[in-house]
Amino acid sequence: MTALAQVEADDLKALYQELILDHGKNPRNARLVEHASCTAKGNNPLCGDRITVTARVNAAGVFEDVAAEGKGCAISIASASMMTEALKNLPVATGRQVFNAVQQLCTGKIDVAAAKAMLPATLNDEIEKLASLGGVKQFPVRVKCATLPWHTLLSCLDGQADATTEKV
Amino acid sequence: MSALARTLPIRAFDVAEIRMDFPILSRQVHGKPLVFLDSAASAQKPRAVLDAMTQAFECEYANVHRGAYWLSEKATTNYEAAREKVRAFINATSDSEIVFTKGATDAINLVAASYGRMVLKPGDEIVLTALEHHSNIVPWQLIAEQTGAVIKVVPINADGSVSVDRFADVICAKTRIVAVAHVSNVLGTVLPIELIAQLSHKVGAKLLVDGCQGIVHEQVDVQALGCDFYAFSGHKLYGPNAIGVLWARAELLAAMPPYQGGGEMIAIVTFEKSTWAEAPAKFEAGTPPIVPAIGLGAAIDYLNGIDRTAAAAHERDLLHYAMAELPKVPGVKLVGTAQNKASVQSFTMDGAHPHDLATVLDRSGVCVRAGHHCAQPLMDVLGVTATARASFGIYNTRGEVDALIVALHKAREVLQ
Ligand SMILES: Cc1ncc(COP(=O)(O)O)c(C=O)c1O
Repeated sequence: MTALAQVEADDLKALYQELILDHGKNPRNARLVEHASCTAKGNNPLCGDRITVTARVNAAGVFEDVAAEGKGCAISIASASMMTEALKNLPVATGRQVFNAVQQLCTGKIDVAAAKAMLPATLNDEIEKLASLGGVKQFPVRVKCATLPWHTLLSCLDGQADATTEKV
Repeated sequence: MSALARTLPIRAFDVAEIRMDFPILSRQVHGKPLVFLDSAASAQKPRAVLDAMTQAFECEYANVHRGAYWLSEKATTNYEAAREKVRAFINATSDSEIVFTKGATDAINLVAASYGRMVLKPGDEIVLTALEHHSNIVPWQLIAEQTGAVIKVVPINADGSVSVDRFADVICAKTRIVAVAHVSNVLGTVLPIELIAQLSHKVGAKLLVDGCQGIVHEQVDVQALGCDFYAFSGHKLYGPNAIGVLWARAELLAAMPPYQGGGEMIAIVTFEKSTWAEAPAKFEAGTPPIVPAIGLGAAIDYLNGIDRTAAAAHERDLLHYAMAELPKVPGVKLVGTAQNKASVQSFTMDGAHPHDLATVLDRSGVCVRAGHHCAQPLMDVLGVTATARASFGIYNTRGEVDALIVALHKAREVLQ
């Protein structure tokens, strides 16, 4: 294998690491939240992927439950699954910070250490997991797959019904 | 020069030789030889097209139909020569039936906006098939909304074929326009255009054929097909993009109102009223895509210089080889297996989303399309959100099909 081919093979391994494949094949919280306080549909017109994100935020502004259901590639489904786990029991404001960190990880703007520094230390383990989404940074066209669930959640929090990767 | 090109003997078909004509095919991507299996989206260009366009820009460029100087006259002659090449290529009766557009999408929008608006009344019906590209759906929806016309859809069979009987069920006295793909860009299905034309004409409807994929794989004779409009894009026919063709019967173009207003398309303009030029100028408002048209002419010369019957047989061989080899990869299923098919093959792999497949294949240098292929209604009919698609042009080889298969095995490993 040439040196370049080896780098390419490593990029692929980084993108499709075990954690991503596991969440992609067995997504957690692939359902609708009962008594959801917000619901939004996300759509990637490029590939036709569609997901529905529902969440219940309590009076204190904390995510009591987050779920995501839909059809999509391994990256978008894994990202949705990991998002629902990461955000549960977090204040919405912190959730937005997590989104910010994920977005920057996916575009290669920051590394894991920088992401951890942005957030409370109690989230270190979650950030480690979410950092596996950072494999997309070598695949620019796939960044939207990783961020679609998060954009959808955001539009649901902001009271819009729909998100599309072409708008964001 | 073009006269010379036309009298050159036709080369025997040799794919190794053909490949040398396409400079891009010798490059590598991700450190691997490029295996380009996405010609249905846009084909690569032979050196002859690139050279003709460079020559046009470097030596013979000026605006057309305007300047009273030699260079403009030369550019005009070249532009009009391209129109004649298109005419001969599809066996139209006259140059004036060839309208240059931005592409097939533009051509279909032209027909919908001009002919559609002219004839459609509330309750009239536009007949499409379930396998159409968005380009042959949305323009009709827009005009249906404006005129009160209704869209009817002819269903497809499970293997992706379309039965003439289904057309007979849907086409009726209310039908004004029938608009169908010549060849499906997703399934490769070849539609029985001659029979659809007969059914359409029996009720007085006109037939538009979206020839984007059709003209690429077979020699088209618009008179023999019996349709009324035929639209295609240059970039899928080994020519440049930003150029397309609408062929329409002369009497239809004569009756149709202009699509857009501007320079080129007028006879006399006053602020009270303007009168239109004759077709095709009536439909070519503004400075046209001069050099892309010349490039399309060069692509046609190129195709005329090879044995197209042998080229079609070569493409068919690749298709049949791929149809035999793909299902041997565990989990791979073919989508679109009609009897009469062009060299376009969609497929899925169990447990792997087409986008993930395409990403992994790309790292092996293999370019395939993944997604809904601008045919979301068809995806719904097929019960999938997306497929992967390999499409084969004159320059592809069995070795490249093998490379696809090897890459698919690897993708299974990566994605399991
Ligand atoms: C069957 C079919 N119709 C229409 C189109 C649209 O062509 P263009 O984008 O060149 O206008 C395509 C190409 O994508 C096609 O395959």
